[in-house]
Amino acid sequence: MSLPKPAMRGLLGKRLRFHLPIAFGLALVAAATFKFTVTEPRKQAYADFYKRYDSMKEFNAMREAGVFESVRPAGK
Amino acid sequence: MLASRALVRGLQSGFWRRVSTSSAAWAAHTHDVDVVDCSIPQYNNRLDTPLPDVPFVQNLTAEQKKLKEKEKGSWTELTKEEKLALYRLTHELSFAEMRQGSKEWMTVLGGVFIFLGFTGLLVWWQRIYVYGDVPHTLSPESVAQQTQRMIDMRVNPVHGFSNKWDYEKKQWK
Repeated sequence: MSLPKPAMRGLLGKRLRFHLPIAFGLALVAAATFKFTVTEPRKQAYADFYKRYDSMKEFNAMREAGVFESVRPAGK
Repeated sequence: MLASRALVRGLQSGFWRRVSTSSAAWAAHTHDVDVVDCSIPQYNNRLDTPLPDVPFVQNLTAEQKKLKEKEKGSWTELTKEEKLALYRLTHELSFAEMRQGSKEWMTVLGGVFIFLGFTGLLVWWQRIYVYGDVPHTLSPESVAQQTQRMIDMRVNPVHGFSNKWDYEKKQWK
């Protein structure tokens, strides 16, 4: 019954050498995926919204609807 | 991590065993006494401590004593059955027996679901007979007024609420 001697040392190092690059890689992939699926479209949506945003028009519309307490709808 | 997994397995099969039989019955099994004496070493089946403090069977019959005497001689003279008998004298469960699971998880899960269901019935009764009325602001008219006000205020105009309202046509997109 002569089995080969099992590995007695370096077990943690071997495991880390295998798993740490994978862990870092996956973390980077996760961050990149989030950036390009969430943050970039969001930034673009905000940019597009404010390109065509007329703040005075919006303000007057809100004023007529009566949501402000500082200004009443025009014509009172 | 592997040791902790073995520990959990050992605990799962060993722990419930110790708990399910009363300690008095367990002690009587090994020691022929009514109560467990915790001041002396005890036997345990654990994957992480493979050499228990005491052998499993401590009060040997005459036959077993003869076998122990034979063990003091050359082991090549022991038959396979005798070797197995000696093993079972010192150990209760083998590693394979310690590791094997049981179907107990089904019982546990079933019990959990039964009690969750019963709790659901109690919560339902409470909802009908204990709780009072909800506030009037949850009525459909009040919710419509609140929605109109949110649209007027331009709540979340970029991505969210007001983004879905068409202000020219005065309807949802």
